[in-house]
Amino acid sequence: MLEIPVLRFGQPYDSLEKDEVKHFITGEPIAKVSQANGGIIQRDVRKAQQARDALREIPPAQLLEMITKAADLYLNAELPLGNGTQTPDDFAHQQSASTGLPEHMCKGNMAKNSFVLTNMNKILDCLTRGLDINILSRGYGIENRGVVVSYQAQSPVLAAVLPSNSPGVHTLWLPAIPLQIGLVLKPGPQEPWTPYRIASAFMQAGIPKEAFAIYPGGAEAGAAVLAACDRSMIFGGTPTVERYRGDHRVQAHGPGFSKILLGDDVVDDWEKYLDIMVESIYINSGRGCINCSGIWASRHTKEIAAAIAERVGPAEALPPQDPNAGLAAFTVPGMAKAVWGMIEADLKENGVTHATEKFGSRLVEKENCAYLRPTIIHCSSPANAVASKEYMFPFSTVVECPQAQMIDKIGYTLVGTAITEDEAWIRQLSDCVHIDRLNIGPIPTTRLNWLQPHEGSIIDFLFRGRAYQMSEERMAKLGLK
Amino acid sequence: MVAVETLSADEMQSRTKAAREKLDAHTVELVQWHFHESTGCPFWLEQKAGLNFDPLTEVKCFEDLRKFPLFEDDWLRGGPARRWVPKAYEQSPTYIFETGGTTGVPKSRVVIDDFRIDYENFSHTLPDEYFPKGANWLMLGPSGPRRLRLAVEHLAQYRGGISFCIDLDPRWVVKLIKKGWMEHLEAYKQHCIDQALTILSAGHDIKCMFGTPKLIESLCLELEKQGKSFKDTGITGIFSGGTEFTPQWTRFCVEEYFGGPPEVSGIYMTPTYGNTLMGLAASKPVTAADGYKISYYAPEPRAVLEVVDFDDPNQVVDYGATGRVKLTTLTKEFFVPGFLERDEGERELPYAKYPWDGVSGVRPYHATASATTVGVY
Repeated sequence: MLEIPVLRFGQPYDSLEKDEVKHFITGEPIAKVSQANGGIIQRDVRKAQQARDALREIPPAQLLEMITKAADLYLNAELPLGNGTQTPDDFAHQQSASTGLPEHMCKGNMAKNSFVLTNMNKILDCLTRGLDINILSRGYGIENRGVVVSYQAQSPVLAAVLPSNSPGVHTLWLPAIPLQIGLVLKPGPQEPWTPYRIASAFMQAGIPKEAFAIYPGGAEAGAAVLAACDRSMIFGGTPTVERYRGDHRVQAHGPGFSKILLGDDVVDDWEKYLDIMVESIYINSGRGCINCSGIWASRHTKEIAAAIAERVGPAEALPPQDPNAGLAAFTVPGMAKAVWGMIEADLKENGVTHATEKFGSRLVEKENCAYLRPTIIHCSSPANAVASKEYMFPFSTVVECPQAQMIDKIGYTLVGTAITEDEAWIRQLSDCVHIDRLNIGPIPTTRLNWLQPHEGSIIDFLFRGRAYQMSEERMAKLGLK
Repeated sequence: MVAVETLSADEMQSRTKAAREKLDAHTVELVQWHFHESTGCPFWLEQKAGLNFDPLTEVKCFEDLRKFPLFEDDWLRGGPARRWVPKAYEQSPTYIFETGGTTGVPKSRVVIDDFRIDYENFSHTLPDEYFPKGANWLMLGPSGPRRLRLAVEHLAQYRGGISFCIDLDPRWVVKLIKKGWMEHLEAYKQHCIDQALTILSAGHDIKCMFGTPKLIESLCLELEKQGKSFKDTGITGIFSGGTEFTPQWTRFCVEEYFGGPPEVSGIYMTPTYGNTLMGLAASKPVTAADGYKISYYAPEPRAVLEVVDFDDPNQVVDYGATGRVKLTTLTKEFFVPGFLERDEGERELPYAKYPWDGVSGVRPYHATASATTVGVY
């Protein structure tokens, strides 16, 4: 069987504690993954500066070339993994088997990660607003306009406590390596695959192995990563986000509550935007924080709900190998049933209508897993409890709300697509601080422009601008003047 | 050098049989004690009236204890505490040791001398080579109304040394975790480690210690930050315990913090399993050759650990099989005729030094594990 070790800044470590990753349908073991105890992490991270030092031996331009090569290796090559190797097909199969995502979606996520790696130079150019990346490498330099600037790395490593349910999140930590910041990754229990494959591709492309630490493990490992590292990302539910709110060391990514808002000026033509609404709700099995969980409009909401339901309601649970499979399985026992229980409770409220009801039962229970089929719910008011819910499957409410009240009522929104040409409202939307990514016009919430920052800029998170003054002589000596 | 002792099958069988006979006799003696009007405590004498059997005539061996309903630790909450004091000890100085209590009323156990007896017995399992007689101790564990603080102090005194303690309130630690105040949790842990480092730097010639796994780890990490190693403390013997004391954790400490196995590093660490309701279960020697496997053996006949079926607490599982840990306590001060611990593990064969069943792989019981908060203590 495939055995995957802990990776301690490039050194494989075979732990006495191993977690068996199992196939969600057959229950067959797929791999044994070594588990890191918290002490290992705390101790290793004390030497994290070595990861940054190793990366700084390589000029950023050369690192970017290696990353382009890694993008191809990640997507196409048979790469070392633990005591074996892994082809791209193996990867998609293994990821699907443990997470419940259909295989074609796993391949889609591979393409997404590879795209980000291939276009890393452009992405960094945009994230840094055109700053010479050598300034970040050196810590100081002269901008094009002739001013000395300094950006100081706040941590030699970026840590990430990763989820099991959304392979799309990996794009967020990829820019660390060309910024010469090492990686400390704690994979989700069902999704060790992406961190290991990307690290393997990086190493095969010539990036120093000392830059990568991967610590599979339980809650203790996650807590140790967060305690030991000065800059960490964590992915979780609302309580996780609340717990780390205000902690400058942690960037917490939670539910997206992404929405589409239809302006009064366009809502009578809502049918023109049906495809965008369906794509935003349904793509990637609705698992991402960028999937739409609420369509808001002042009128026609019952018709909109019915039309979306007609399109997504009939979707069936298909085997993961089926190229037409649109739904991911819930692999954690009891989770789908519990989610459906919460939805059923909300459906009892006045003003709440289940638009997908006529397409049959939403909860499909299999021997070792369960599915939830797409669910569209109409709310006659934002006050309905279900109007502020988000679930990990194609689920959306269609909420009736006057345009004038929408910004106040929508709550936190990771991606807000506002379809309108009402300039006054666009101004208000642009000023609204509880919308993170704002799309103006008919853009699906799921269609991200990689040249834009996501939930805060990673550059701002990892580097801090500060004063840096040098004498004329030193600047001349360094060739900066 | 602490080696694993092996015996011939015949010798092992003979020791096991003798131990069982001793347990049976001890059980009968203790049940007579706890259920006789002249010696028993008010709690058990009152319970006796509700039993559908007469413990004085119908308990003839250990197996007969299965006639009792399972012990409920909720009975230990609230007063009057004296209802647990056997009549024979009415005039004796009495301690109260608490467990839990982060919120609500803690569970309390009355003790007269048991903690001393238990830790004296445990003392005989410690190798003098690493726990030298006369050496001073560091108690890097909970203070307050806990048995452990006094018990470790008594252990040190029994072995001719003095115990230096830190102040540690485990209830506050659990509250910090539940509130999600991780920064405060780290600060409190550091506060504990600072106390330990102060004691260690004060010329007390400390050679032995008790520590919780998390605090031992933190102490080692802090020493490394100061450019030192654990060996520099001069401590050669450590005893610790709890479900966090896993084979992997042991290996990590031995290989990375202590500098190798005892014969190389001169540092010996032994795990223990116990709580306020029982004495202290010692461990078979833990070795790299055995994958750092940890097997615990209760201090029979004063306490018995069984690994029982998850659905039938009267059914012991097969050797090597997994089940819930069930505790029976049989001392003159305290009678627990079968209590389901919040832990599970695998049933182990008797060992030469402890010729009765043991339990390995102890971890939180899977059905309640997610609700359990494990603090620095």
